[in-house]
Amino acid sequence: MKIKANLISGRTANQGAHLEAKTHKGYFDACAYCELNSADLEKLGASEGDSLKVTTEFGEVVVFAKANGGNPDGLAFIPMGPWANAVLSPDTHGCGMPGFKGVPAEIEVTDEKPLDMKSLMKKYLED
Amino acid sequence: MPVIKDAVCSLCGSLCDDITVTVEDNKITKIENACILGHSKFVGMFEHDRIETPMIRKDGELVPVSYEEAIEAAAKILVNSKRTLSYGWCSTSCEAISGAIKLAEETGSLIDSTANVCHGPSALAAQEKGSPSASLGVIKNRADVIVFWGCNPVHAHPRHMSRYSSFSKGLFTEKGRKARTMTVIDVRKTDTAKLADKYVEIEQGSDLLLVTALRSIVNGHEDVVPETIAGVPKAEIIELAETLKNGKFVCIFFGMGVTQSRSKYKNGDAMASLISDLNQHTKAVMIGMRGHYNVTGFGQVATWETGFPMAIDFAKGYPYYNPGETGANDLLVREEPDAAIIAAADAGAHFPQKAVRHLARIPVIQIDPYANPTTELADVVIPSAIVGIEAEGTAYRMDAISLHMKKLIDSKFKTDEEIVKDLTVKVRELKRGA
Ligand code: SF4
Repeated sequence: MKIKANLISGRTANQGAHLEAKTHKGYFDACAYCELNSADLEKLGASEGDSLKVTTEFGEVVVFAKANGGNPDGLAFIPMGPWANAVLSPDTHGCGMPGFKGVPAEIEVTDEKPLDMKSLMKKYLED
Repeated sequence: MPVIKDAVCSLCGSLCDDITVTVEDNKITKIENACILGHSKFVGMFEHDRIETPMIRKDGELVPVSYEEAIEAAAKILVNSKRTLSYGWCSTSCEAISGAIKLAEETGSLIDSTANVCHGPSALAAQEKGSPSASLGVIKNRADVIVFWGCNPVHAHPRHMSRYSSFSKGLFTEKGRKARTMTVIDVRKTDTAKLADKYVEIEQGSDLLLVTALRSIVNGHEDVVPETIAGVPKAEIIELAETLKNGKFVCIFFGMGVTQSRSKYKNGDAMASLISDLNQHTKAVMIGMRGHYNVTGFGQVATWETGFPMAIDFAKGYPYYNPGETGANDLLVREEPDAAIIAAADAGAHFPQKAVRHLARIPVIQIDPYANPTTELADVVIPSAIVGIEAEGTAYRMDAISLHMKKLIDSKFKTDEEIVKDLTVKVRELKRGA
């Protein structure tokens, strides 16, 4: 089962608290997840902590599922950071700013596990 | 044991200047008044992954070298590059930023700040329509109607509401939170929205529609507004317009929900027009919720030194500015730079994949106190002292008020200011030799 979602990224207190500790597991826990409301998670058959694959026209990334009752249906949130940026839009619409909010995405449950920060960055060097 | 009062927290754009720091044996042992983000920065510095020594990548691995060797290697990269991108310079002092601009001029580089991925569009909006603003002190003392639009201070600027806005008590707002109406406009019910008197949920990417509808109503053209706009019923928008018009002093704080969503700088542009409209009825201002503690300072220093606040290209020998063409991300996505220097910011973590992919292909010089995703891509790594903790300097708060950051403890690391100076000297030396 896949759902279509509108993907946004943004700051969270935990992400901010790990700004200067990005090699730590705490940063991974603070950023490598995707929030959906429980109805959307239910549609996917996913529980919190399951792996989700988020795919956009710019790439794909595996992150953990998290529930957030504040999200309206079809709105997905990944904290700003390298996991979100694996799939957000590089297009600046001629004004310098990439598309960090409002990227159409498909989300599905996967058996793969999210990559830690170093492994994620390593992929860029191998590309 | 020395207790340092009124230290400035060098983390977010709130730049709280009331932190009490206890230092024992050149170590910070206690922090008072900081939020979780600030606390983590001050106290975490001994636990975090500090870059312990300058490093150069050899056969794929970063190996320790001396400062001199790292500076020389970095200078060589800069001298051999035809198109260098210099990016970041926002978690550092204005003095270092000034040096970085000089280095960019010397090397014909393009220099851009983290505004490229946060409030760059707000700068463009200000150039289009101006930026009717006020200091946070004025907000604290006077603002009775506060709007947070596309921002979430509970998470991103945790002490903002208690020090300067919703909860603060000022001259004409002695009752604090009770003296103010707080509205949150966002696409999801954030923790900030939960504290508001009124939460307006809009469809993601429709900020411009809502601003335009509000303008129509404020200007007496309610009839042209459809029954629902931006996902919000007309009645709710009329109520919001009334709240704004009836305020004695209105402040709209806006964040990346506004600058990064569809219409980007046009959102801020329209918001400035709304503020102008509101000023026909009452007093109204807008303030961007700036993220990095000194991203505002970069804009100030760059503007007085080059005439432009960001995205400044020195390739022609004089400053040229055209965001959309000279933004850091534009440049990387076009695969133009053949080298990059990234300092006091983390492009590896905060740029989209296509830009990061190009960074991975070119020589990257990193200047930073901490290891982060950019380190994984860097070829020369130069560790620096933490400004506001191990080095002093000037920073500008989100409302463009300058504050002096104290040095709290000694450090074995060079400051950003020193590193940039050494690099510039070395570059000149190499150029003369060539
Ligand atoms: S609100 Fe910002 S400046 Fe103030 S203590 Fe928290 S992180 Fe530091």
